[in-house]
Amino acid sequence: MQKKRSFEFLIERAIQVSGISAIVLVALIFMFLLREGIPAFFQVPLDKLLATRWYPIEGRFGLLPLILGSLLVTLSAALVAMPLGLLTAIFIAEIAPEWARNLLKPLVEILAGIPSVVLGFFGMVAIAPLVRTVLDIPTGLTAFTGALLLAWMALPTIVSVAEDALDAVPNTYRDAGLALGLTQWQTIWRIVVPAARSGILTAMMLGVGRAIGETMTVMMVTGNAARMPLTVDSLFRPIRTMTATIAAEMGEVANGSTHYHVLFAIGLTLFVITFIINMLAAAFVFRQVRRSERVMS
Amino acid sequence: MVNLALAWAERYQEIHPEVRLSVTGGGSGTGIAALLNGTVDLANASRRIKPEEVAEAEKQGVRPTEFVVARDAIAVIVHPDNPVDHLTLQQISDIYQGKITNWREVGGEDRPIVLLSRETNSGTHVYFLEEVVRLGNAKATDILFSPETLLMPSSEGITAEVRQNPNAIGYDGLGYVTPEVKTLAIGFSPEGPFYQPSIETVNRGEYPIARDLYMYTAGEPEGALKAYLAWILSPEAQAIVKELGFVPIISGN
Repeated sequence: MQKKRSFEFLIERAIQVSGISAIVLVALIFMFLLREGIPAFFQVPLDKLLATRWYPIEGRFGLLPLILGSLLVTLSAALVAMPLGLLTAIFIAEIAPEWARNLLKPLVEILAGIPSVVLGFFGMVAIAPLVRTVLDIPTGLTAFTGALLLAWMALPTIVSVAEDALDAVPNTYRDAGLALGLTQWQTIWRIVVPAARSGILTAMMLGVGRAIGETMTVMMVTGNAARMPLTVDSLFRPIRTMTATIAAEMGEVANGSTHYHVLFAIGLTLFVITFIINMLAAAFVFRQVRRSERVMS
Repeated sequence: MVNLALAWAERYQEIHPEVRLSVTGGGSGTGIAALLNGTVDLANASRRIKPEEVAEAEKQGVRPTEFVVARDAIAVIVHPDNPVDHLTLQQISDIYQGKITNWREVGGEDRPIVLLSRETNSGTHVYFLEEVVRLGNAKATDILFSPETLLMPSSEGITAEVRQNPNAIGYDGLGYVTPEVKTLAIGFSPEGPFYQPSIETVNRGEYPIARDLYMYTAGEPEGALKAYLAWILSPEAQAIVKELGFVPIISGN
């Protein structure tokens, strides 16, 4: 008896430690980013940081093209991946016959295992030339190409998590819908999808989170030209993202130099943007849960 | 150049385990200053020693001795179907500053020009900026690459794009150029002459975007240092030069 109790005590402590360690790690990373990134704001005046030219070896640290570049690629990728991912998940969970589902689900999960450098290389030699010739634009290394590949990378996450959420909706919901005379599509769209809403939203956020932090693929296919994406055709022009900038330049930068601190400031900006997106999503999910609980009661 | 110095040092220590070499980076100025202070025996430099540095050396009683140990040339590359086959340095500078944006303006087809460059942390990028985009004018610090320039993380990235895109222009170390792309002949003036980059034109000093790479010793080298410098000019060490994308020295030149 005594032995069992001490065993339980150990297990409980182990779980507690691993739970807290995740929070502590995030806090430590954030503190490190702050320590290395904050000096940038003292060494480079704010109006220089908000300038439109990024050319660090000549002391030009305008972050605007990088921030806008990241946002353009991520939002475009989300616009492609979200509807496609949701529809694929609906097909696998609700419509496909048993054998097709058993084939499709593992295949989608294999897609998630493709290393980003392989996907980037594929994009560079296969997708970029195709984008250039089909759209008749000067170069295929564009924000659009990056968005396509990022959408592709986000898809497995979205499909897999959303499919699980749809699968978790009790069959009684579907039966009730069909018994009321709804078609299969009406049942899916009006009953099953809303019931799985919070899980689907989590799937979207995880997918977009993967897209904004992705580095290798975008570095290989977006051209990395730090131009301001302000014109209408910017989606079909090269851009430079924050992640690619850090990855390309961190290796050679002198430790403790202004450039070094500015790169950490970019990391800090990225962290804050991701944090805001996650907070918004969480707030949205919790609001939805409360409302559906009201409906149930 | 630090990669070349490292590769030589590693190879030499394999053949002569009794010799210990250590290589530190930091730029040509750092190396020459360290030579004058006596902290190093050998300074690598990708530029010739400046008159001020020679004067400083004489004050310290050091007589720097110069050795050309390798050469470095940058080839400007385009798609094989691009009808343009030569450009002047001025035209290349205008293209990379974004003043010329269509191939028509330099005698080619009516196509937009897509600019490709190595990332800013590459030595090739800095050399191209100073010698080609700024045409060697060190004071022209407001002249930069056009913001439209695509910065590629690798030589392969540049080659892959130039190989399939007839709009593209790129540059890279001569040793990295593959046969699937076309190198442009380059000249100083529109009347010519224009020279294709090759080991021969670089060694004859004809090709414009090329420089010598130097090693400096304090006074005449002796003993182990002399043996090392002799080995560096040997075919074996010059083969390493070629492997790393630089241009080997043709002996007797």
